[in-house]
This record gives sequence, structure tokens and C-alpha cells, in this order.
Amino acid sequence: MSSYLQRSDILPWGRTPQSQMQVAHPSFLDELAVLAPQGWQSPGRLLAGGLRRSYGDSCINDGGALIEMTGVDRFISFDHSTGIIEAEAGVRLADILKLAIPAGYFLPVTPGTKFVTLGGAVANDVHGKNHHRAGTIGRRIRGFTLLRSDGSEHVINREDTTGLFAATIGGLGLTGIITRVTLELMRVESSNMTVQTVPFDNLPEFFSLAAESDATHDYTVAWIDCLAKGDRLGRGIFTRANHSTDGERLVSSGGGPTVPVDAPGFLLNRFSISAFNQLYFSLAGRPRQATSSYDPFFYPLDSIANWNRLYGSRGFYQYQSVVPPNSAADATREMLQTIAAAGQGSFLAVLKTFGETASPGMLSFPMAGTTLALDFANRGSSTLSLLDKLDAIVGEAGGRLYPAKDGRLPATMFRAGYPRLDQFRTHIDPGMSSTFWRRMTR
Amino acid sequence: MTTQKPLRVLILGAGSGIAQATARLYAAEGARLGLAGRQPERLAVIASDLRVRGAVEVETFEIDFMTADAATMLSEMAAKLGGVDHIILAYGVLGDQGGAERSIAEAQTILDVNFRSAAAWALAAANLLELQGHGSLVVLGSVAGDRGRRSNYIYGAAKAGLAVLVEGISHRFRDSGPRAVIVKPGPTDTAMTAGMTKGGPLWATPEAVAAIVRRAADQGGPVVYAPARWRLIMTIIRAIPSRIFNKMNF
Repeated sequence: MSSYLQRSDILPWGRTPQSQMQVAHPSFLDELAVLAPQGWQSPGRLLAGGLRRSYGDSCINDGGALIEMTGVDRFISFDHSTGIIEAEAGVRLADILKLAIPAGYFLPVTPGTKFVTLGGAVANDVHGKNHHRAGTIGRRIRGFTLLRSDGSEHVINREDTTGLFAATIGGLGLTGIITRVTLELMRVESSNMTVQTVPFDNLPEFFSLAAESDATHDYTVAWIDCLAKGDRLGRGIFTRANHSTDGERLVSSGGGPTVPVDAPGFLLNRFSISAFNQLYFSLAGRPRQATSSYDPFFYPLDSIANWNRLYGSRGFYQYQSVVPPNSAADATREMLQTIAAAGQGSFLAVLKTFGETASPGMLSFPMAGTTLALDFANRGSSTLSLLDKLDAIVGEAGGRLYPAKDGRLPATMFRAGYPRLDQFRTHIDPGMSSTFWRRMTR
Repeated sequence: MTTQKPLRVLILGAGSGIAQATARLYAAEGARLGLAGRQPERLAVIASDLRVRGAVEVETFEIDFMTADAATMLSEMAAKLGGVDHIILAYGVLGDQGGAERSIAEAQTILDVNFRSAAAWALAAANLLELQGHGSLVVLGSVAGDRGRRSNYIYGAAKAGLAVLVEGISHRFRDSGPRAVIVKPGPTDTAMTAGMTKGGPLWATPEAVAAIVRRAADQGGPVVYAPARWRLIMTIIRAIPSRIFNKMNF
């Protein structure tokens, strides 16, 4: 295949599994006219890729073709009066911020890293700390262009009634190649955030803090100490924030250390637990208020390039679940107890309440309830059996897992968690596939 | 405080990876840009991007650098922009060394595009800037021009000739306003090097090279390496006796 190179070094963010793929890296959309048909005809079919921040196999296509869209990264238009921005799918959220902030806008929804492509953000229907207010990014997508193996380029907007819009939002790239996206930005008065940090002693306190904070703050999230047991189970630090009104509009310059090589596995836990403890004990039971620039608030890990290398060469699994409100307290407690008992996993987990705002995506992950996210260093079968136990708790509570984070979700759990899966299947492009999808449909 | 007039910048070969990255830097400064290249649809797409990124004006010019009359076209483009402050010559073709050894005609194409044509445009640019009495010419060369080696000596020869030409233009400008600089990048991760195994400390991003090109348009030269460490590397490479160099395989 011309312009495709055989690559075996491409890894998802969790640095496992490995794959063999034919990979192309176009610089212009017009190159897809030649590249895409070759990919669709590959035995493993084709997947379009972005910055590979997905932790598991949803962003690779072992045995098939991959078109990396990161070179197709041009803006098409930006209307400063409406905040509507159109760009090629390889544009990064980081690039959008550089333009949006000086113009008085911000991303309406952002995940925990700004280094994702627009296409990837749509394909995973990303959510952020403001889900209880804004829902997922899918709600702010006005439309996109999709290249499908029937040879045509479809311009699809949110008024679409065929189902293709809803299938593509959160559709993991399986409905076709997203080539351009139109997004509605959100007006802000400042690039700063007013942030309150509140320590709490246990899980019931988290839930009452969350209920109270969701009403007063646009952004809420908690860090939980997974080692805490007994009546301190679920102790943590709650962060709640709003955009400041101080009128400052500064783009953060970025830059920071990088982890150049795979580190020995124990390092990350040492850093994170000591950082958490330092902060927790320095708060001494009292909330603290501060103003912070947007970058360290939204993207604390982005300043450490390749932080995933701190997990070493075996990599890690990231696990993110959501459980509905009526079972959330019990299920979360049981999950934390199971994790603490196994002695595995990162010492820090993220806990957040999702709001009622529904997403347009058929395979969208967030639903009303409580979401827990954490990393597990890959220690082989002991890790996998722990995750199976967590699956059981989540499944029984009526919850589901997030494919963007997943590396080992069982197909039965996926089917049970996503009731619109059959409807989604009718929109899959036969020329597209991924390792994740083959695993789900084996 | 007087308002700075926007910089007027002509980019010859605006479709290349380094050229696009350089153009983005100028766009962020609110420059007026003229993009010249062979594929108008691509130039249009690049132009939209640059306007969103802050360029106050972007004109595109469909030009075949091999056949067009450099002096005439340059005057036209400069007139469209209302004058020109920086001219960036960024087009080139890597070609296939093996194919060029088998086919002299293919070798001549590499030499024609990268030297004969580029030299004509560089000289025409020099004349225009000299007439204006001000401005900078920045030409993209390559470390490949610093020593002939078996894997790319035809491309290297063209770039070597271009480097001497630009050094000469810089010398010509010693008593007058304009400046000329040749920027020599090492291996850079762009479409030109598609198909090569990339990665590792010797590879640069087009953004890193673009920052150096941008700076060269303001100061320094006449010879600038991108990144700077290549100056030392090539000094060493040039110093290796051929007895030893000939045994090396790159």
C-alpha cells in the first residue's frame, strides 16, 4: 500500500497492547481520496487515529490500517461573535484554546488532557468536570463531515434524523472517517478559575459535598485515597470551581518536564500518594480558596509529557465506571473496599457525580450517577481478576464502563451497559474497524 | 505608541511542512502573507487556517517554480502585498537517490528543482530586495549539502550549491539594507521524509525548524543550522577523513 508504513511500535496511552498496523500520516484531506480506499480494503479494515490518549485498544487496529489524522490540523473558520469554530479533525483542543481564550471563549467541555484531537473528542464523546452542568461535548457539536467507504463525504449536522449523527458521537470512529468538525465554544470572562479545595473524611461526606457543590459550581471533582479503610473509606479532597470574572485572558505557555523513558513501576504511586497526603494534611480539615490559571486546573498531568511512562514497560489499565444514583453509594463503597483489599491500583482515584443532561451519542458513556476512575499498574492476571470483581459490582448496580479508558472490558459487559448498541451497529461503516470492536464482536 | 505595520511575507513553496509551520508563526503575529505553490486547492486550505490564526491578509498564487518567470512573478506578488519584508524560499523535492543514479534525467530533475530553479528565484528575490533597499531572504537548505554521502548526494549537491549562492548574496548585501540567510535543517518530520524511520534525538519537528527560520528572518546568519546542534555535528562530519568516512554507511 503506497504511503502506508508497517509499524509495530504504536501503543495506546496505557502502553498495552502492542499491534502491527499499516499506518499512513496524511498532511491534507485530499490525500484521503487515495489512502482511505486502500485502508477500507485492508483485511483488518481501517481506523482513523488521533493523539492516542485512549488508554485501551479503541485507538488501534491490529492487523489493519490506521490513518493518523494529526497532520490534518487546519482551522477552517472561527466566528468571534458567535463562538462557532470549524476545523479539520486533527486540530487539537490545545490549539483551539490558544485561539479561543484571547477571543473570550473556552472549550464548552474538556477532558483531563488538552492533547486530544477534535475527531477523537467526538469519537469518544468526551466529558469533563462540568458534566453536571454541560453534559458531554456531543451537545456542543453542530456538525461534522464524515468520509465513508461508499465513497461519499457526508456533511452531517445535529438536526440529522438518519441516526448517523448520534452514532458518530461516541462512535469510536467506526461510522467512518471524521474529517471536519464544527464546535460551539463557550463565552468566558477570564482564563482564570476560582477554585475551592475542601478535604472530606469519608464517602458519605463526598456525596453530600457533591450534591451541595453541583448547585453552586460549574466544575466539581474529587480525589480519593484508595488506601483509606474503615470509617475513613473514601476520604479525599473535593475541588469545586467556576470561571473567574477578573477579565484576564492569558494562554498558558505550557512546557514542563518530560518522562523520557519507561520508569520503574513503583515511582508513580510514590509521587501521587505523597502529593495527596501533603495537600490533605496541609488543608487540616478546612476548605481553601484560590485563583488558578485554567491550565493547572484542567490539565495537571499535561505538564508532564509522557507521564504514562511512569507506569513502566508493562503499562497500566485505566478503569472508569459510572453507576446510577440509587445504587451509587453502595456500589462505590463496595468498589473502594475491593480495591483497598486487593492492595492494587493507584493510590488515587477520581470520583465525580454526573448530571442528568443526556448526550446525543448512542454509545455515550456518561449517565446520571457517580463515576469512578483510576489506574491499575498491569501486574497481569491479579490485575485482571480485580477488574473482573469491579465489573461485577458495576454490572449489578446497573452501571457501565468507558470504552475510551478500557483495555479489557468483556463483551457481555459492554452489551449490557449500552442498550443502544444494536441501533449503533446499523450505522457502522463496513470499511472501518478497530481492535476494540473486534474484541467486542468476537 | 505607533502601530506596527503588519509584516509582509512571501512564502515560496507554501505547501511544505516547514513552510506551513513558519506561516503559522507569522499568522500569529498578524502578518500579511503571500503563499506561492503548485496546488491552489491546498493553498486555499492553508490560507483559511492562517486567517483563523491571525493573519490579517492571505493571498495565494498558483506558480510552477520551474517554468514561471521569477522576476516578473515576484514583482506581481510583492505588489499584491503592498511590498515585501520577508521572502522565505521553502520549496524542494527530496527525490529518490537510487532512481536518480539509474536515470540521469531523474537526477537532473532533483538538481533543477532544488538548485537551478531555487537559485533563479533566490537571485530574483535578491534583486527585488536590493531595489527596495530592505528586507530578508531566508532560503531552506539542508545539512545534506555539507558533505556528499552515498545516500543523498544528488539532493545534497543541489543544496550545497544553493548554500554557496545564498552566502554570496549575503556578502553582496554587506553594504546595503537587505539580508540573506540559508537555514540548514537536519532531518525533519514532515511529508518530505515520509517513508523514513523517524524518531530519536536527531529528528526535529517542523515547528522547531520554523522557529529558527522565523528568527533567521530577523537576525543572524548567513548560515544557520536547525536545530543549532547540527553546526557541531556537521563540523565533525566534514572533518572525518574519507578513508574513515567511506566505511560509514549513512
